[in-house]
Amino acid sequence: MKLIRLRYTKWFNILKDGLHRNNPIVVAVLGICSALAVTNRVDNAIAMGLGVTFVVMASSAVVSLIRNYIPSKMRMVTYMVIISAFVIAVQLFLEAFFYDISQALGAYVGLIITNCIVMGRAEAFAAKNPVRYTLVDGFASGMGYTLILLIVAVIRETLATGTILGYQVLPASWPNWVVMSMAPGGFFVLGLLIWGIREWSKLYEEN
Amino acid sequence: MNLIELFLSSILNQNIALVFILGMCPLIAISTNVKNAKGMGLAVILVVTVTAVINWPIYQLLLATGTEKIALLVFIITIAAVVQLLEIFMEKYIPSMYNAFGIFLPLITVNCVVLAVSLFFVNREYTFGETFSFSVGSGIGWALAIILVAGLREKMAKISDLPKGLRGKAIVFIVLGILALAFVGFTGIIR
Repeated sequence: MKLIRLRYTKWFNILKDGLHRNNPIVVAVLGICSALAVTNRVDNAIAMGLGVTFVVMASSAVVSLIRNYIPSKMRMVTYMVIISAFVIAVQLFLEAFFYDISQALGAYVGLIITNCIVMGRAEAFAAKNPVRYTLVDGFASGMGYTLILLIVAVIRETLATGTILGYQVLPASWPNWVVMSMAPGGFFVLGLLIWGIREWSKLYEEN
Repeated sequence: MNLIELFLSSILNQNIALVFILGMCPLIAISTNVKNAKGMGLAVILVVTVTAVINWPIYQLLLATGTEKIALLVFIITIAAVVQLLEIFMEKYIPSMYNAFGIFLPLITVNCVVLAVSLFFVNREYTFGETFSFSVGSGIGWALAIILVAGLREKMAKISDLPKGLRGKAIVFIVLGILALAFVGFTGIIR
């Protein structure tokens, strides 16, 4: 009974929207650059996904806190400054504790700033809602993004080297599909994945 | 590395759109017809070059004062300011060009190619000359990619009968993947 009532609360709907119905990558096709560039290995994808989740949550919360004091003409610049502060924090954190991953991701960590998901959530949700909802919304969007990143990375790493997170999953005789770890492989996997999910969920695009 | 080689490789086998997968959001959104793709491509060439040339000396200044950790924040502000200034300047002195660019100029602030070029010259420790030829090459490479995709999409919209789920954005990824394969193939010609 309690579970049924949960389905109608605002909390649950925000969470579901971010993960499924409004998934930033599959449905809205946002934040593609990093989704393709860092998914050649699973550990890179996890680091990127968590980094984006943190930045979305933190920047949405701050935007929502000061939303009544931001003049509407200056709001984009304000968002940019807030977001870049958190991105620099993520960059320094990775450099200090996960040096190898920060080297592998390189410039792509800095490019979280221009990831449309972060700006999109600040503009579309955080500017109108109280802090407690923006945290859930940020978490859901971030996790929806991480989920797709993980799926793409698992497919690409398995086919490219026969491993997941460095553990051998396919027999050693597996001929490595090197193209999967390069850009074209990323494009193909994401294209086919979006096709599959759209057929399965019947969320078609009018064109 | 010599400058001409760097210029050619940043257009072809190191293409910033198809090999480094940057600037995808505008590339997918604006590539529905060739005319708009050309406008966006030209605007990107202009802004990428101007911002990289301005950001390089600024980064040397940050290095000299030991504040290079906030480079990201400084780059973003320079880019936003440069785009704004270009818009005002063009509106006043070259109105024909301003009208041709239309909406595309302000949109560039959120194009990650612009920021990426600035971050790449930091990571790869380029000299000023290298930064210049890399940024012009990257701009041209991105423009080439968006115009190619737009041309293919225009033809595809007329003649092809795609499955429902593949229509719109999904098929663009497949097209991009095939194009990327071709561009990776240039690796043999230039290092």
